Amino acid sequence: MAIPGSSSATTVTEPAGRAPAALTPAGPMPWQTARVVAIRRETARAKTFRLALPGPSLHRAGQHYVVRLTAPDGYTASRSYSVASAPDGSPEFELTVERLEGGEVSTFLHDVVEAGDELEVRGPIGKWFVWDGGIPAILVGGGSGVVPLMSMLRLARATPRSPLVRMVASVRRPGDLYYADELLGPETTVVYTREAPNGPGRPVGRLTADDLARIVRPDAWAYVCGSSGFADHASHLLVELGLPIGQIRVERFGATA
Amino acid sequence: MAKTTRGFVGGRTPDRDGRLPPGQYDVGDEWPVLTAEVTPRLDTTRWTFTVEGLVDRPMTWTWDEIHALPGSVYSGDIHCVTTWSKRDVTFGGVSVDTLLDIARPLPAASHVLAFCHTGYTTNLPLADVTSGQAWVAWDHDGRPLPVEHGGPARLLVPHLYFWKSAKWVAGLRLVDHDEPGFWERNGYHNHGDPWLEQRYDGD
Repeated sequence: MAIPGSSSATTVTEPAGRAPAALTPAGPMPWQTARVVAIRRETARAKTFRLALPGPSLHRAGQHYVVRLTAPDGYTASRSYSVASAPDGSPEFELTVERLEGGEVSTFLHDVVEAGDELEVRGPIGKWFVWDGGIPAILVGGGSGVVPLMSMLRLARATPRSPLVRMVASVRRPGDLYYADELLGPETTVVYTREAPNGPGRPVGRLTADDLARIVRPDAWAYVCGSSGFADHASHLLVELGLPIGQIRVERFGATA
Repeated sequence: MAKTTRGFVGGRTPDRDGRLPPGQYDVGDEWPVLTAEVTPRLDTTRWTFTVEGLVDRPMTWTWDEIHALPGSVYSGDIHCVTTWSKRDVTFGGVSVDTLLDIARPLPAASHVLAFCHTGYTTNLPLADVTSGQAWVAWDHDGRPLPVEHGGPARLLVPHLYFWKSAKWVAGLRLVDHDEPGFWERNGYHNHGDPWLEQRYDGD
């Protein structure tokens, strides 16, 4: 999956804790060499890459890193990938990458990269789609859009803040759910749009207002992440449920390959 | 010099004619949608565009009024900070020069803050939105600009990364100082020149 960057966001009062604006920053964020310490398959199309930096990863939940590949002739290709692991002060962090057919970087990461390889990364990036705890959060993810939300959920579960977070993850089929062994819990709901697991449960179908009504609370910030169509659908449902538009943060994945 | 990545040969999107800024790839026929907010539903019967601040004549145009101004077309490339570029895109609208010729910036005006119907903002030096470099665009390839791409109208400043081309633009405020906008406060570069790879804060 890959990230924001281009236009538009909401007016909105910024939550407390945001760094003040700086017109004259100290200098460029450096490229760092990260070692691939483990690769884990999430679904047929997604793998998680556990990377180790020379020093601590200073990411906040929801941020992303840029991964840069360099050919012997100097040609480079870079893409952004959301961090799935919680901020924990360690040098290791995880990126979950969906393999996009024809995608220059995602196919390379899936098909070529092995544990022990080194990758150049730059980050963490983005100060908008982040949750640091403290405020109630509604996490709504479609497909690979669950990745940055997983960082938030893991952060919440690692602290006494867990009750502040509610998640709805929407996937087509059970086999498409990332982090399936870990994501399920009292604060999470999974919506299956095409095919559901056997047994009782919600009928298959597109995310509805009812799915979100149970987790919406007026003092919460919503974090919506997924394809453009999913993000539009989910964010408009939240607006219809009365959540102020300024409390909805959206991250869309374009077709960044 | 970047460190070579084991096994990577790359070169799938060769820069045929020097039109791809460094670190960009050609997205081809796709046009990714990347926004940080709820897509607004804007009615052109109530839509307005305002030029205000340090101008001799603050102006607000309705949809019909702005369409009555002399039109202008941009044909060329656009570049997103997330590394995709799209070639040979055609946008129709009105040149920002035309709007400023009417509103007449005061001598003290040095920057503009573009603001949107959603609340999104982005900052630009006045020199980056004049001399045929910026548009308020409402057509794409001869058709109305789709809402997910900023319709009914967006700012178009194609020589800078595309987050400067604010979707759902509502107006320009002329000011005598630089004031970071939305992404400029949230980790991205203040100016955003793709040829200098001004992607993130500090680049």
